Amino acid sequence: MLLAYKISLFLKLMVREFRAQKLRMALTVLAITWGTISITLLMAFSVGIERQMHKASSGMGQGIIVLWAGQTTMPFQGLPQGRRIMFRPEDQDLIKARVAGVDKISGEYMRWGVTIEYGKKQVSKLVSGVYPDFGEMRSHYPQPGGRFIDQFDFDSKRRAIFLGWKVAEEIFGTVDPVGKMVMVNGIPFTVVGVMVKKMQDSSYHGPDEDYGVIPASTFVGIFGDPYFDNFIYSVKPGVNTKTVEQDLFRVFGSKYRFDPKDTHALWFWDTVEQAEVTRKVFLGIKIFMWFIGGMTLVIAGVGVANIMYVAIRERTREIGTKMALGARKGHIILQFMTEAMFIALFGGFLGILFSLAITRAFWLIPMEGAMEFLGRPLVNWPVAIITVITLSTIGFLSGFFPARKAASINPVEALRYE
Amino acid sequence: MNNNGHLISMKNVTKVYKTGKIHVDALRGVDLDIGRGEFVAIIGPSGSGKSTLMNIMGCLDMPTTGEYHLDGRPVANMGIHQLSSIRNKKIGFIFQNFNLLAYATTFENVELPLIFAGKPGAYRKQRVMECLENVGLANWAEHKPTELSGGQMQRAAVARALANEPDIILADEPTGNLDSKSGGEIIDLFEQLNELGRSVVTITHDMNIAHRCHRIIRIMDGLIESEKHNGNGRDKNLTQD
Repeated sequence: MLLAYKISLFLKLMVREFRAQKLRMALTVLAITWGTISITLLMAFSVGIERQMHKASSGMGQGIIVLWAGQTTMPFQGLPQGRRIMFRPEDQDLIKARVAGVDKISGEYMRWGVTIEYGKKQVSKLVSGVYPDFGEMRSHYPQPGGRFIDQFDFDSKRRAIFLGWKVAEEIFGTVDPVGKMVMVNGIPFTVVGVMVKKMQDSSYHGPDEDYGVIPASTFVGIFGDPYFDNFIYSVKPGVNTKTVEQDLFRVFGSKYRFDPKDTHALWFWDTVEQAEVTRKVFLGIKIFMWFIGGMTLVIAGVGVANIMYVAIRERTREIGTKMALGARKGHIILQFMTEAMFIALFGGFLGILFSLAITRAFWLIPMEGAMEFLGRPLVNWPVAIITVITLSTIGFLSGFFPARKAASINPVEALRYE
Repeated sequence: MNNNGHLISMKNVTKVYKTGKIHVDALRGVDLDIGRGEFVAIIGPSGSGKSTLMNIMGCLDMPTTGEYHLDGRPVANMGIHQLSSIRNKKIGFIFQNFNLLAYATTFENVELPLIFAGKPGAYRKQRVMECLENVGLANWAEHKPTELSGGQMQRAAVARALANEPDIILADEPTGNLDSKSGGEIIDLFEQLNELGRSVVTITHDMNIAHRCHRIIRIMDGLIESEKHNGNGRDKNLTQD
């Protein structure tokens, strides 16, 4: 009862104080809000960009290696240098049998300038012949209603085609392509699926949106290619991609008779290694972002402290008056602390609210062009909360110590304060 | 307990201000007794130490050496909370520049000491209005100090000083910022308060005001130079000032 009464008295005083210090309070709240928004948004965009970069770099496929056959540069076992190496279809089984580290593998045949026709629409595109595992390795996910080339297509050499979404749009427009018949170099094929849209920042034959995929068996049947253009493979978890490379040099070296140390005989594009580089680059960017964030925090902190200091003179005299009227040190400090707490919570609340609103607003902008790489900013809660706490603490300390001092010295000194 | 029945009793009180290496002897050994119901004027030139003396009297400052008993209790032994409580309940302080909180209404300014004393709301309301009526500001309760004249502001300050029914009113040049008519009204108020039995001590430069007090204490260079009891008449030596 007594406590409730004391609290009501205290609130009465506080409300009065708030009314008095409207401008200063508003400025302090603004400083904390602004600081919180700046830092939270900086970090939110950093998260968004990182995710987009990660997405884009994994658009071609995650953890895959592209393998091409090259040309020998060393004489070996009496054979001259400069021999071209070509992968044969049976090499796929050879790798599966002899290189334990390889997880999934698909040879790939390619043919450029293949005509794909639907009705009166006709386009000329790249068509690849692949194995069913290719789809998952290369992130060829089907849009709802469709599917990728499967084992049955492969085994029965079905004339099934999986289309990049751009090709599908070009020839089908708004019509659903799945189940429709297209002519591929004049031969009828059934569209079994269309690729979902994805970000892709790297490729070895142009963007995946712009080509078609058919079973390797069908491909050989139609085009008669005797050699793979390349292999796509992934390694088993925990296996070093370099070890697998060495195994492949050994296996192919003995089959095609080249020196396993002849680095030009086989070419690898190791996206696992590349992802690691990207990760490090982004780590650098992130450290830079944190640095800027830290600097912004300091500036915002100085702003908050500055506002508090400006008010000291007026505040100190007022504390002197109140002390002369019989206020206790506790009255003054408790009131100050409540005020600081209010400013901190209110400023922080507004800051986080605005940050959320702004990031949400960015979500409404269509992800096209540069926006695609800006991605979806995401508020990092620990960062937002640490920012609010830091700024509040600075504001609190820079006001608290002068207030405590004013309440501790003789009232006459506080009254005389200039 | 050594108070000889006096409300204020000072023995050899000194006050030294130290600012860096400079020492200022503001008070150099003041002996002073003020009894209940007295109406005392303290006069003296600027820098003579009268404000220092008043601040010590009002427990706003502490003596460097010497004894000060307020209502029989040695102030030197009091803790910070006790001093707050004394300032709140026993003393009503009035400043030359009013020191009203600019953002609060007249009512709220007068209410402040009652809040610090922890008085309940209903009592506060009644008491504030009583005090404002006493000083003739009942109609100005909801106005801000900035809407009041200088004389009204000082009357509001008097009302605030009276809120907790203190034993003694201490006024540091209460009329210094007022025209003579408003100043006269403040002194009228002091006389009324004094007639009701309250002790009043006021610093003043104005001899007309000093002569309305019962006793005139003249401070010079940190010492009491002379003391005069007015009775009814005027002291010729002092009027020359």
